[in-house]
Amino acid sequence: MDRCNRLVDVGRRQFLRGSAFAAATAVALPTMPAKAAPSLALVEYPSNKLANVANLKPNEPFDVTYPDGDAPGVLLKLGTKVEGGAGPDGDIVGFSTICPHKGFPLNFNADDRTLNCPGHYSRFDCEAGGQQIWGQSTANLPQYALRVDDKGDIYAEGLDELLYGRLSNVL
Amino acid sequence: MAYKRHVDRLPIIPADAKKHNVTCHYCIVGCGYHAYTWPVNKQGGTEAAANAFGVNLAEQQPAETAAWYAPSMYNIVKQDGKDVHIVIKPDADCEVNSGLGSVRGARMGELRFSTARGSQLQRLTDPMVWRYGQMQPTSWDDALDLVARVTAAVIKEQGEDGLFVSVFDHGGSAGGYENTWGTGKFYFGSMKVKNIRIHNRPAYNSEVHATRDMGVGELNNCYEDAELADTLVSVGNNPLETQTNYFLNHWVPNLRGTSIQKKQEQLPDEPHANGRIIFVDPRRTVSVNAAEAETGKDNVMHLAINSGTDMVLFNAWLTEIADKGWVDKAFIDASTKDFDKALAANRTTVEQAAEITGLTVEQIRQSAAWIAEPKEGKRRRTMFAYEKGLIWGNDNYRTNAALVNVALATGNVGREGGGCVRMGGHQEGYVRPSDAHVGRPAAYVDKLLIEGKGGVHHIWACDHYKTTLNAHQFNMVYKKRTDIVKDAMNAVPYGDGASMVKAITDAIHAGGLFSVDVDIIPSKIGAASHVWLPAAESGEMNLTSMNGERRMRLVERYMDPPGNAKPDCLIAAGLAQHMEKVLREMGDNAYADQFKGYDWKTEEDAFMDGYNKNAGGGEHVTYERLRAMGNNGFQEPAIGFEDGKIVGTKRLYTDGKFGTKDGKATFMEAQWRGLQAPGKEEQKKNNKYLINNGRANQVWQNAFLDQESEFVMDRWPFPFIEMSPDDMTELGVKNGDLVEVFNESGSTQAMVYPTPTARKGETFMLFGFPTGVQGNVINAGTNELILPNYKQTWANIRKISDAPEGVRHLSFKSQEYMAG
Repeated sequence: MDRCNRLVDVGRRQFLRGSAFAAATAVALPTMPAKAAPSLALVEYPSNKLANVANLKPNEPFDVTYPDGDAPGVLLKLGTKVEGGAGPDGDIVGFSTICPHKGFPLNFNADDRTLNCPGHYSRFDCEAGGQQIWGQSTANLPQYALRVDDKGDIYAEGLDELLYGRLSNVL
Repeated sequence: MAYKRHVDRLPIIPADAKKHNVTCHYCIVGCGYHAYTWPVNKQGGTEAAANAFGVNLAEQQPAETAAWYAPSMYNIVKQDGKDVHIVIKPDADCEVNSGLGSVRGARMGELRFSTARGSQLQRLTDPMVWRYGQMQPTSWDDALDLVARVTAAVIKEQGEDGLFVSVFDHGGSAGGYENTWGTGKFYFGSMKVKNIRIHNRPAYNSEVHATRDMGVGELNNCYEDAELADTLVSVGNNPLETQTNYFLNHWVPNLRGTSIQKKQEQLPDEPHANGRIIFVDPRRTVSVNAAEAETGKDNVMHLAINSGTDMVLFNAWLTEIADKGWVDKAFIDASTKDFDKALAANRTTVEQAAEITGLTVEQIRQSAAWIAEPKEGKRRRTMFAYEKGLIWGNDNYRTNAALVNVALATGNVGREGGGCVRMGGHQEGYVRPSDAHVGRPAAYVDKLLIEGKGGVHHIWACDHYKTTLNAHQFNMVYKKRTDIVKDAMNAVPYGDGASMVKAITDAIHAGGLFSVDVDIIPSKIGAASHVWLPAAESGEMNLTSMNGERRMRLVERYMDPPGNAKPDCLIAAGLAQHMEKVLREMGDNAYADQFKGYDWKTEEDAFMDGYNKNAGGGEHVTYERLRAMGNNGFQEPAIGFEDGKIVGTKRLYTDGKFGTKDGKATFMEAQWRGLQAPGKEEQKKNNKYLINNGRANQVWQNAFLDQESEFVMDRWPFPFIEMSPDDMTELGVKNGDLVEVFNESGSTQAMVYPTPTARKGETFMLFGFPTGVQGNVINAGTNELILPNYKQTWANIRKISDAPEGVRHLSFKSQEYMAG
C-alpha cells in the first residue's frame, strides 16, 4: 500500500505542476477524458446450490449445471477422500462435462471413475482433479470450487479453467 | 492436484485483428491455423460486430465451434517491436484438419516467447560464447568471427573432413525449405562436408532407402486416400498419438463409415463398406482402441507380432496373396519388374511366419485376405502406412522393401484409396545441393566423434544427448572432448582473439572438440558447446514446408524472433560471409570464393535462391503465390500456375511410371536374417525386458519447448515406462515409482506406468525425454547403411525410489478411451 500511495503522490505532484503552469499562462484546463467504467479483476462467480449431500450416492453421477443452465456438469461422491474433495468425507467433487477440446459431452465411466469423450477419445480422471489421462484437450477438466454448509447443501462457487465455448466463464 | 491455469476469461479478438496463415510447425500432418494479432491495449467485444467471428459471444458456443479458443492458444508477443495479443487457433477451412487442434498444435500460442507473460524465457536471445567459465552474450559479428576462425583453422589442417555437422533435414519448426537450403548451400555447395548427420539418426542418409531404391517415393498418396481405402494397414505406427488429426479427420471417417458417400462418388463402379484396419505392432496402442471403438472389433486386426519380425509377416503376405492369385497382374506387368524373382527369394509360408512372428496361421491368412482378396470381383483398395516401428526397427532396409513389395503386388501405389507411405515425424522441407559426395554407406558420425575424430562440430537444432542411440557413451565422450577446449579457453583472455583461436586449436590437437550449437534454446548437448547461435522459429520468420501428402504452405511471420535471434538460413549466410572473410585474410582466395552468393537480406531471398531455383517445379512457387493459396496450399510437385493458382499433384505415380531409370518400380529381395544389427542378439540374451520406445501424445519431439510447459510437465514429470502388472509385481514397484533401466550400453530412469495390455517382459518407454533419456540404453549397432535400430532394445530394470512428490498426484489409469 505504501508503494501505491507514493505512486499516487507522484501523480498528484505532476498534475499540480502542470496546472500551475496552466494557470500562469492563463490557458483553460483541458476537459477530463471520459471515465472508464469500473470493472473487477476477477470474474464474479455465482454461488449456486447444486444439491444436498443426501442427494448423492457413491459413484453415481448427479447431473448439474454451473455457472448457468448452458454449462452442464456433474457432482460425484467418490467414496474415498481426494485432494480438493468437499463434504464431510472429503470425497465430493464437481466437474464440467463439456470436453475442453471440441465441446463434446463427456460420459462417466463408473468402473474407473473417469469422464470420457466420444468425440476424440479424451479421458479425465475424476479422482485426480480432472487430470487428462490421455487426450487432445490442452487443459485439464474444469473443476468446481465447492462449499458444503451445515445443512449439507452443496454450493459451487467458482471454476479453475475456462469452459469450452465461452471466452468468459460467466456470460 | 492436476495443473490448472485459473484463467476464467480471455481477451476477445476484435473484428479488425490481423490474420496470418499458419501451418502448425510440429508434426508432419501440418494442420492449418490462423494467428490473430491486435494491439495490446485493444480488445474486441461480445457483440457480433465487435469480434473477429461475427457472432454473439455472450452466448455459449456449440461443439466444434470456430468461435472459441482455449487459454493455451493465447499469448502476448512482440510484433514489429510492439506488444500485441495473439491467438493461434485451428482453421476450420483447412482440408488437413478441418478445425481440429491437437494437444500439441493447440498449445502453440502458449509456447511463444513472451516477455510480457513470461513464457518460453528459455529462448536464446543473443549469440553466446564461452567466456570466463560460462556462456556469455556477445554480438553476431564476434560469435561468427570466432566460429569462422576456428572452423577455417581446422579445415586448413584436417580438410573438410575435420568439420563435423549435425543438422535438421526437415520442415516445420527448426527446418523448412529456407533453412535446409541455407545450411545445405553452406555445407554441400560451398563445401563438400561428408561427416554430417541428421537430427534423428547418426548419419546423413534416407530413413527409407529401400522404397526409394525401388522407385517409390515414400510420400506418394494424399490424405483423402485414407478415406477411400477398403483396408488400412498401419505398421509400427500409432497415428492417433503421432499424426493425430490425420487419423481423426481422415482415417476415422472411413472407420466410422462417414466417408462412404465420398467413396461412392469418386469410385462408383465397385462395392463399398466401412474401412477395415490392420495394425502391426507388438504393443496395443490407443490407436487400436480408437479403431475398435469406431468400427467394431470385427473390422480391426491387431497383429501383435514378436518385436522386430515384421519382414517375415510381409513376406508371408506376399506369398499368400500371390498363391491365392490376388495380385494385380496387369499393374505388375505394365509398371514393375523383378516380381517373380522377389517372390521366389522371399517365399515364406504362413506356417513359417506364424512360428517367427508369434501370430497364428489364421491371423496371417485373414490379414492377407483383408489386404488383397477381391471385393465382388473388384480389386481391393489398401493403403499401407508405416512409421518408426518399421523405420527404426530390425533390418529396416529389407523390412521397408518387403512392405513395398506387398503394396506393388496388389497395385496399391498411385491409385485412389492406396499408397504405401511413411507417416512421418516432422513436416518435410528439403532442398539442398546434391549430397552424393557423402557416399553410401554414409559416415557414422556419432561413432567417429566417440573415436576422437573431427576438430569442430556445428550443430543445428539437434540434441544428441536426448535423441541418439548409444547416447550414454556419446554424452560422456562428448563432454570430455569439449571440456578440453573449455579449459583451454578459460586460460586465455577473451579479448585476445588470436590467442583464443590458438588455444582452441591447440586443445583440438590434444583431443578436444570445438562445438557450435545453433538452436532456439540452450539444449542438453548445448551445455557442452562453446558458442550458441540463437535461431528463429516458424512464425518468427516466414517459413515454407510440406506435409505428409506433400502439401506445401507458407507460415507468415506473425511475431518477432526473441532478441537478436535470426532465421537459420540467415545464420548460415552470416557464417559463409565470415568464412569468406577469414579465408581471404589467410590468403586462400580460391577457397574464399566458394563462400560467395549469400547476400540474402531476408528468408524470402533464401527461398528464391533455393526452392524457386532448385526444387522440382519450384519455378512456379513464390511467397506471393503461396500466400494466396492460404492454409490449403498445393500438393508438390507444382506443375504450373494457372488462373492465379499453383497447380499441384494430388498423388504420385498415377501414370504407372516410377522413379527408376526405366520408370518401372522394382520388387526387392528381402530375406529374413533374425535380429540384424550387431549386438542386438547378445543384448536380448543378457537382459530381461524389451524396452520398446516411442512418442507420447502430449509431447512434441524431445520436449524442447514442452519442458517449459506446466501442462505437459505436470502430466509427465518423468518419462513413463509402460509395464504389465505382472512385471510390476515381480520388480516390487508401484504406480509412479522411479526405476533404473540399465544394460551394457548405459542406464537411464523412468516412471512406472501400469499397463494391463502390456505383455509380460515387454515395456514401452517415452523416447527422447529430458528427465530420462531412453537412448542411453540403445546399443550402437546399426544396419549396413547406418540406420539405427532404436526399437529392439533390451535392458534390466530395478527400483530407484518410491514415487517422488511431483508424481503422486498423477493419474495412472488406462489411457484407453472407454464408453460410459
